Amino acid sequence: MLDYVKRVILVLSGKGGVGKSTVSTQLALTLKESGYRVGLLDIDLCGPSVPYILNLEGQSIHQGPYGWVPVYLDNEQNLGVMSIAFLLESRNDPVIWRGPKKTAMIKQFLEDVCWDELDFLIIDTPPGTSDEHITVMENLRQVPQCSAILVTTPQQVAIEDVRKEITFCKKTGIPILGIIENMSGYECPNCSECTNIFSSGGGKSLAEIAKLKFLGSVPIDPRVGKLAGQGIAAVKEFPDSKTSKVFGELAQSLAY
Amino acid sequence: MSSIPENAPQHCPGTQSEDAGKASACAGCPNQNICASGEASRPDPAIELIKNRLSNVKHKILILSGKGGVGKSTVTSLLGHGLAARNANMNVGILDADICGPSQPRVLGVRGEQVHNSGSGWSPVYVTDNLSLMSIGFLLGSPDDAVIWRGPKKNGMIKQFLSEVDWGQLDYLLVDTPPGTSDEHLSAVQYLLGAGLSGAVVVTTPQEVALLDVRKEIHFCNKLHLTVLGVVENMSLFVCPNCKVSVTGDGNKAHNLNKR
Repeated sequence: MLDYVKRVILVLSGKGGVGKSTVSTQLALTLKESGYRVGLLDIDLCGPSVPYILNLEGQSIHQGPYGWVPVYLDNEQNLGVMSIAFLLESRNDPVIWRGPKKTAMIKQFLEDVCWDELDFLIIDTPPGTSDEHITVMENLRQVPQCSAILVTTPQQVAIEDVRKEITFCKKTGIPILGIIENMSGYECPNCSECTNIFSSGGGKSLAEIAKLKFLGSVPIDPRVGKLAGQGIAAVKEFPDSKTSKVFGELAQSLAY
Repeated sequence: MSSIPENAPQHCPGTQSEDAGKASACAGCPNQNICASGEASRPDPAIELIKNRLSNVKHKILILSGKGGVGKSTVTSLLGHGLAARNANMNVGILDADICGPSQPRVLGVRGEQVHNSGSGWSPVYVTDNLSLMSIGFLLGSPDDAVIWRGPKKNGMIKQFLSEVDWGQLDYLLVDTPPGTSDEHLSAVQYLLGAGLSGAVVVTTPQEVALLDVRKEIHFCNKLHLTVLGVVENMSLFVCPNCKVSVTGDGNKAHNLNKR
């Protein structure tokens, strides 16, 4: 399992709606733009967002001789995506499953997908510290090239859940690469005044307290928000934005 | 709704199935006799227990959203405060069913409080005279403590919250849920339907990526015959404190949801 994958990066957060899927997709796109072969696995079974963000809705998975063939974003097949959304008939269909069924599905995603050779496999997760997370950790325990990136927003109510996720990583023994703070500050397009809608500095102080690397803060940027649904890298479309700077540096720090 | 236990043998027909205890996969299963006797397919005794416990609660409302971080907990707490402030004689209870990420103790400003056990059950924490709260956050030793539980354990906790908390006489019980359509939601609905569930309030934000998950949640409600009382759109617009110009995200998309 995952023998041909050089590095596995889990994108985690205890809190929902902080931008795990945005970080996962932008990181995958940035790495792809840097010339790597990247896989993106969406294990949020009840709320899969990756296919929408990458504009891959309506595509389906095919059974190949060596397993499920992921959906590729580009013709060169440098970014492959796997998500439960590709298995649903309609985009409105709910997945009403209890834990054991989710566990079985994730195991299949980890074992039966034919990723070929990958430089990076990025795994987007749902919020929490439950079935999906325990399953993925149990299965990746034997994969030494695995590490995690935590996503948070600046306010305390999010930080509190992310602290729980740090404990989870420590208990399961997965190394944490660092923390990204999303939605930190909004620059008014009219007067350029920056407002910290969701407070400020929470991610950085959390990184300091937990002795983790701070990977940067991404502001609320409606231009980047509009990229959701198009599958375009921020580094390509808006190379001068703060978002691009953070993801560019992150991709560089992951280079080997 | 699957009734297959987590440690079941392969091809287990499920404890609620007609073939329970009789299928070929059941041979050798230590619980074969229990399933074959029909004992396992009886309704969960907790449903009756919860019905009795919550018989003094007039309205039970779930706060749902497929998406995380849209403001379920904020809406729940504001609704709780709003209902409680309207009439001092009205009692409101909030149950935080988000086991892995309980936010209510912080949102309602009662972090660090303790729940006490008495002869009549667990006493919830009182935020004001007529607003009480129960959350797993009160049971954790430190804010760093993670609740690393699979489904069955979370369901057990929710069952306990519903059957063992001494709410007293309540006019409203608001149940705040985690994102998704999985264990917590199925359990809460399953247990509360028996006790008379008024319906669900669905929270969303205007972006398509949130609506995508919220539509799934509405289908979930339809499948379980749960009334959707209405949809609340949060984070609809932002007024710049400096220039007073308001910025709308995608604006008023939730209206279309109501038509479903």
